[in-house]
Amino acid sequence: MSEKSEQRLSVFKTYKLYVGGKFPRSESGRVYEVTDSKGKWLANAPLSSRKDARDAVVAARKAFGGWAGATAYNRGQILYRVAEMLEGRKGQFVHEVAHAEGLSKNKAAEVVEATIDRWVWYAGWTDKIAQVVGGANPVAGPFFNLSTPEPTGVVAVIAPQESSFLGLVSVIAPVIATGSTAVVVASEKAPLPALSLGEVLATSDLPGGVVNILSGKAAEMGPHLAAHQDVNAIDLTGADAALARELEIAAADNLKRVLRPRAEDFTASPGTDRMTAFLETKTVWHPTGSLGASGSSY
Amino acid sequence: MASAFEYAPAPESRSVVDIAPSYGLFIDGEFTDAADGKVFKSVSPSTEEVLSEVAQAGAEDVDRAVKAARRAFGTWSALPGSERAKYLFRIARIIQERSRELAVLETLDNGKPIKETRDADLPLVAAHFFYYAGWADKLDHAGFGRAPKPLGVAGQVIPWNFPLLMLAWKIAPALATGNTVVLKPAETTPLSALFFADICRQAGLPKGVVNILPGYGDAGAALVEHPDVNKVAFTGSTAVGKAIARSVAGTDKKLTLELGGKGANIVFDDAPLDQAVEGIVNGIFFNQGQVCCAGSRLLVQESVHDEVLDALKRRLSTLRLGDPLDKNTDIGAINSPEQLARITALVEQGEAEGAERWSAACEIPSAGYWFAPTLFTNVTQAHTVARDEIFGPVLSVLTFRTPDEAVAKANNSQYGLSAGIWTEKGSRILAVAGKLRAGVVWANTFNKFDPTSPFGGYKESGFGREGGRHGLEAYLDV
Repeated sequence: MSEKSEQRLSVFKTYKLYVGGKFPRSESGRVYEVTDSKGKWLANAPLSSRKDARDAVVAARKAFGGWAGATAYNRGQILYRVAEMLEGRKGQFVHEVAHAEGLSKNKAAEVVEATIDRWVWYAGWTDKIAQVVGGANPVAGPFFNLSTPEPTGVVAVIAPQESSFLGLVSVIAPVIATGSTAVVVASEKAPLPALSLGEVLATSDLPGGVVNILSGKAAEMGPHLAAHQDVNAIDLTGADAALARELEIAAADNLKRVLRPRAEDFTASPGTDRMTAFLETKTVWHPTGSLGASGSSY
Repeated sequence: MASAFEYAPAPESRSVVDIAPSYGLFIDGEFTDAADGKVFKSVSPSTEEVLSEVAQAGAEDVDRAVKAARRAFGTWSALPGSERAKYLFRIARIIQERSRELAVLETLDNGKPIKETRDADLPLVAAHFFYYAGWADKLDHAGFGRAPKPLGVAGQVIPWNFPLLMLAWKIAPALATGNTVVLKPAETTPLSALFFADICRQAGLPKGVVNILPGYGDAGAALVEHPDVNKVAFTGSTAVGKAIARSVAGTDKKLTLELGGKGANIVFDDAPLDQAVEGIVNGIFFNQGQVCCAGSRLLVQESVHDEVLDALKRRLSTLRLGDPLDKNTDIGAINSPEQLARITALVEQGEAEGAERWSAACEIPSAGYWFAPTLFTNVTQAHTVARDEIFGPVLSVLTFRTPDEAVAKANNSQYGLSAGIWTEKGSRILAVAGKLRAGVVWANTFNKFDPTSPFGGYKESGFGREGGRHGLEAYLDV
């Protein structure tokens, strides 16, 4: 039993993409080296290609009908389930976030807890946003007139580069809370929490394809997503100024809804603007008739 | 007709619920005896079996509970909304987990069919907590200004027809907005509220935030009259609601009342009649008609009267009355002998006044409290059965010729809680809905409830709304 004193060799995880509810490698076969904040090797992450991005859009489009058509209550239950699943895997994410962002264990734990609570925050919004941004319009005529928000469709998300987990969830959750589906390009230098999040989403009753996570270069995939004719909106949060401008120009080709990068404090309580950025407003008119003396006008 | 449908018994198992022989009051996180040691029995209305013996709250207990709620208020209201939210999410989840147990319990204590507790009451209870959980950290967005404040201690008195659902409607918005509560369940259905106390324990809810006081009307009166209660919420009869309105007069107590109804269910000649018949049945026989928003007045257009009535009687003859725990049962027991006596007296009065009674021929079990599905035809607006809330499985049928007449008759009531409209024509739905003086109008459906949808009455059906964004207002200092 002399081996007992030797340290057990750990098993490394192969980090893979999360697309259409499955965990593929990049079709390109490429990987890139991910290191911690001190330069120590952590893993080889898939270096996703244009084709991976296009596959992810197909998966997101396929998932959109079912997800947008689910009841808001159902979506809320599933987002809350994500929070429950994350709570149970807190240790893993504290470890990954600490390495990814160079944080102490305590600081990383705070980040992970805030991230779990962010899911809870958006879980509660699914069945309330319509009551805050929609409503009856008192038009000057005998008409019922009601405006309701609807999800815009497939949203490409360039995730924040620095805040690899809290920032990531802060940009994904508002997209899917309202019924859109997402193709996410994770932080280039710190993609591991994002790739692990895919494993959590896969076990949270979230239908495959609602969230698709790619690791690699925003500058490589971004232009293809921004120019993709089956993408309805793009969140440029993680793009630098030059890339953001380039992508916004490309996005204009089919008039994608664009959320520009801005100064962000992801620890602050979010408002509703990340949800409304990806909502359409639909207004329905219907005659109400009138109660004439004869009753014949309706 | 009834014999065409023979069903083997399919009872839901009682073994999922473990009812203790006795329960205390739930005050400050502990079960405790009443100060005067009084107890009362909770009886299963379908068998008359005593389910448990429950402590009976008196004025002294009310005072203790209000003090506990007051002590808990400071810390609870100061918690970040996101933390209050997580307590409520926990409660919602535990209710989901224990929903079969609670459904069986509710059916035993209330007498309503398991089909209803399992598929309507319990899913709505969990959903209500889930919905208001999400509001706790979003009050800034609810349209009541920045950082709206809670009121303080809420005194809540609920009825026996939907015991746990009414508890959810009261407690969820109160806690989400930062209030603490003292709740009195009805004397005939205290058990699910006491099980809820155990759910609060499992959720780790701080002591004193929720206090449950089983008892009678005297305890309810003591609660609403307690000087340290800031908010009174009552669901029940219009007579008691008026008494409460008088008793809080001249105080700063905020009041919401959800009272009786005499809902008109209006069927036009172009309606899809098969669906309308299902809607009429659901409207008045759901929960044995013991529903404040029941569609207890059928207003049917004269040209389709005979057709609708024939179909309705045929349908009523297929309803299965009996063991509420049987999954095939449509009509359960009346909640109490007192309620059965009230229904019986009103029906006798209907006959005496000249309305024509028809009751489904169904076998009435030997034990328990039962009333066969009944309807009255040749009813005029002057008849008692067309005016008074019967709160039982009794439908009064009136006719109309024009939409104006339907609206006039529908609105000819002291009540204004609910109404139904059956027609294929959208503009007619909206025109009629616009003229009805009722808080909830269902078109081509009936008795639909959702935590996101405000519910409450016009006129003597009460004031204030429960559910939805609107439901927050009752518990905020706005």
